[in-house]
Amino acid sequence: MIPAAFEYHRPQDMAGVLAVLEEHGDDARVMAGGHSLIPMMKLRMADVPHLIDLQDVGGLSDIEIGDDSIRIGAMVTQAAIIDHDGLASAAPILREAALQIADPQVRYMGTVGGNVANGDPGNDMPGLMQCLDAVFTVVGPDGERDIPARDFYEAAYMTAREDDEVLTRVTIPLPKGGYAYEKQKRKIGDYATAAAAVQIVKEGGTCASAAIAMTNLSDTPVFSETAGAALVGTSVDDAALKAAVAAMLDDIDPTEDNRGPIAFKKHVAGVILRRAIERAWSRA
Amino acid sequence: MKDEVTREDRVANLKGMGCSRKRVEDARFTQGKGNYVDDIKLDGMLFGDFVRSPYAHARIKSIDTSAALEVPGVLAVLTADDLRPLGLHWMPTLAGDKQMVLADGKVLFQGQEVAFVVAEDRYAAADGIELVEVDYEELPVIVDPFESLKSDVVLREDLVAEDGSIPAGAHGPRKHHNHIFTWEAGDKDTTDEVIANAEVVAEESMYYHRTHPCPLETCGCVASMDKVNGKLTLWGTFQAPHAIRTVVSLISGIEEHNIRVISPDIGGGFGNKVGAYPGYVCSVVASIVTGKPVKWIEDRMDNLMTTAFARDYWMKGQISATKEGKITGLKCHVTADHGGFDACADPTKFPAGFMNICTGSYDIPTAHLEVDGVYTNKAPGGVSYRCSFRVTEAVYFIERMIEVLAIKLNMDAAELRRINFIRKEQFPYTAALGWEYDSGDYHTAWDKALKAVDYDGLRAEQAQRVEDFKAGKTRKLMGIGLSFFTEIVGAGPVKNCDILGLGMFDSCEIRIHPTGSAIARLGTISQGQGHATTFAQILASEIGLPADSITIEEGDTDTAPYGLGTYGSRSTPVAGAATAMAGRKIRAKAQMIAAYLLEVHDNDVEFDVDRFVVKGAPEKFKTMKEIAFAAYNQAIPGIEPGLEAVSYYDPPNMTYPFGAYVCVMDIDVDTGVPEIRRFYALDDCGTRINPMIIEGQVHGGLTEALAVALGQEIAYDDMGNVKTGTLMDFFLPTAWEVPNYETDFTVTPSPHHPIGAKGVGESPHVGGVPCFSNAVQDAFRPFGNTHTNMPHDHWRIWRTANELGLHD
Repeated sequence: MIPAAFEYHRPQDMAGVLAVLEEHGDDARVMAGGHSLIPMMKLRMADVPHLIDLQDVGGLSDIEIGDDSIRIGAMVTQAAIIDHDGLASAAPILREAALQIADPQVRYMGTVGGNVANGDPGNDMPGLMQCLDAVFTVVGPDGERDIPARDFYEAAYMTAREDDEVLTRVTIPLPKGGYAYEKQKRKIGDYATAAAAVQIVKEGGTCASAAIAMTNLSDTPVFSETAGAALVGTSVDDAALKAAVAAMLDDIDPTEDNRGPIAFKKHVAGVILRRAIERAWSRA
Repeated sequence: MKDEVTREDRVANLKGMGCSRKRVEDARFTQGKGNYVDDIKLDGMLFGDFVRSPYAHARIKSIDTSAALEVPGVLAVLTADDLRPLGLHWMPTLAGDKQMVLADGKVLFQGQEVAFVVAEDRYAAADGIELVEVDYEELPVIVDPFESLKSDVVLREDLVAEDGSIPAGAHGPRKHHNHIFTWEAGDKDTTDEVIANAEVVAEESMYYHRTHPCPLETCGCVASMDKVNGKLTLWGTFQAPHAIRTVVSLISGIEEHNIRVISPDIGGGFGNKVGAYPGYVCSVVASIVTGKPVKWIEDRMDNLMTTAFARDYWMKGQISATKEGKITGLKCHVTADHGGFDACADPTKFPAGFMNICTGSYDIPTAHLEVDGVYTNKAPGGVSYRCSFRVTEAVYFIERMIEVLAIKLNMDAAELRRINFIRKEQFPYTAALGWEYDSGDYHTAWDKALKAVDYDGLRAEQAQRVEDFKAGKTRKLMGIGLSFFTEIVGAGPVKNCDILGLGMFDSCEIRIHPTGSAIARLGTISQGQGHATTFAQILASEIGLPADSITIEEGDTDTAPYGLGTYGSRSTPVAGAATAMAGRKIRAKAQMIAAYLLEVHDNDVEFDVDRFVVKGAPEKFKTMKEIAFAAYNQAIPGIEPGLEAVSYYDPPNMTYPFGAYVCVMDIDVDTGVPEIRRFYALDDCGTRINPMIIEGQVHGGLTEALAVALGQEIAYDDMGNVKTGTLMDFFLPTAWEVPNYETDFTVTPSPHHPIGAKGVGESPHVGGVPCFSNAVQDAFRPFGNTHTNMPHDHWRIWRTANELGLHD
């Protein structure tokens, strides 16, 4: 559990970060909280000759709640998400989800940016951000560009971010309606056996809109547009729930691991989604 | 105003047996002031670490160390070829087998030690490891012991004669080249006959999965060979420092007086730190070769994958009874997966430990046990994970068989236990498989437990829950887990217990200082048990000096008397007895001194709390503090100066702690998630030395029981790859997963132990595993479940529900 030797860079601004990335290309990686990258380096599964620590780069740790949207800097920690009262009222699903990530020690170090940028299918924030229709801003040699969370994930650890780009912030349209982040895990600190993020809007007794994303049930987070659509226009009754679950099951592609076989994961995914929808609906 | 010190004050001042004295160890542990092996830093100290095999079974064609030796800071790379001239490429195991120190031509399990890289620091060692090139030729892998016994693949060529015959092993004839031993207890013919003619017979096969003790501190050592004076000092995470000293002497040829073994603070052991590991041997050799101290410390993956697993028993049982439920016979066969080498840590004559305690707490007139040990391509070990030797397996087996029999009889499992318990008046009780249980009062404990949890009320609630479930009103089932266990601890009598020929006595040496304080040294070593607290309490009560004035020291073989160490709940039963006996020697001499000082005959004074008083004249007395001073400053005719004593205690019998546990669990059949609503644990460990420490032990043991029952396993795939090599997949519960525990007790002192104590550290693990498991199984009993194997993690619980048709 000792990494290979590496060069440690600690630039003071983003220009410095980009300069190191440009100089070393594939040999350089940026590190936010380090809770995914450092274990991989210690296991010598990630070879990172040049490690760029982002912690001295200013302007990446702000949480701004605007009239239409929320902006979260890439270096905002899970603990900061949990502690932010404004966020708790503007987008309570963020706190509900963050409280289910790892344990307090990890949450003091683990960041939103690292969690979404790493592309680990086990991470909770990517699915959550897809549910919330967040946009990720990355900066590279050609300046900034925005990538919708729903288009960001290509495969495990493969994303739309180029190697010479750095994810700097997440922008979330102010969520509306009821919410739930439901996660089954084996123990504290574990990735999800199955997790569901649901944001749902009720008008009259009817579902006006619903967004559903699932975590750790494919090699990427799964935004299930059809599952959400199955609820719209319904009273979220049993038939609608069944339709949403069925639609979701068509979109996921879990693999067998120590958490269990595929049949189990699919079953639990259905149960978890149903519970998440019911809780979100009860809050809508 | 209180102007007189009462007798009660004097008793309280001692902080002797029976009080919840605060742990004296905690001040340093809670302030980060502990001194663990990895805290030891010596001038010029080097660091060694292993190249480990990625394959579970492979021939080693060549090892090229040249690139590794080019790494700055790497000083040496040891392979089996380097150790061979010293005869140290293999080492003896505790089980009468031998084990490769470094791979000698082949590897037998994933993670096996192949080469030892010695470097100036651990970073250089890690870089060196990457560059050692090993050319492996993969061989067929066997991870299933049943398949192993049928396979043509020879795992241990060294154990097959040149003519192809299979020589006998350390425990008798071997049936197959991958077979290690057959061990039997009881009367096979009578048992077969009883079962064949029984009114009712229940049968079950169960797998007690492979798991691992997971101490927070991994194994490690620092070896320092002083070539000037020829002395070797070895610091390490040793649960038995004296035994390690003797083993090191025997295998290295260094005379024992030139070896000093020190166990500093140890961060948990649970059996993981009993055996001898290649890291110890390689560190010693590396220190001899380089003339510098060499440190070796496992990382978490090394620890989980290679050092000392536990369990891995495939158990097949038959239990017979009358229609009324009186048990008439028990039969057990075990196929024991020992991995690539037989490195089980058991007393020499017991290759399956005390598995023959598997008749449990019940009066079973006839029984038979047979255990077959088998080699596979898994890591060696087979240690007693927070239990006496294989007792967890034995108790799990019988507590499951009782439940299975209850199902067969359509009887309540609590009642079935009650009518079969060994009765109080039957003690001392000789069980069908040979052990003599020293004492017990099972019915009293059982009744107290069932009353405490309102057992009848729980069963009524459960019945209602089943109705509600069937009516679609709930998706949660309720399980009531019962277990009643009898441990067998305190190994043990030298007449039948030894390790590598060393009798399993233990020892205590006491020195009383002139000013009335003392130091006592023992042959045991605390790994978190709180010996410095509790042994001082025993002494305080025995010699009348305050526990706060008594230092307890363990773990340095140059100063402590010889002992066999701490595991198998043996410290209090054996070393605790030695402590009391040494204290009594002190008291006997103190009595003579007191009589001299008081100018009366020896028999005219008697001990009272902290002093000797003249019989019938309590105003005439000498305190132990006064007596201690007199021992050093007065010339007393016929009495040597000083006040010291040593006792080596050979216990006449084991001790037999017991307990009654009840677990109430709600199970979500759709997700497989169990929720422990209640856990009640009644323990009878005989005389209670420190109730607070007992409670802490019970909490810890139950938590490790929960871990094992609900998910903790070392799992292998078909290629022999370890699937659970990190704490992401290896379940180590935190406060979050652990329920509130209710503890309770009865007191049935051991009749043969000087203070009546029996040991408690392992009871909650032994009794807890079947209790948690039985709760899961009981929840599904109304739907036709008889038995399902641990670990009961989410998906396996879900699978049980699924197979019972509960998801339709």
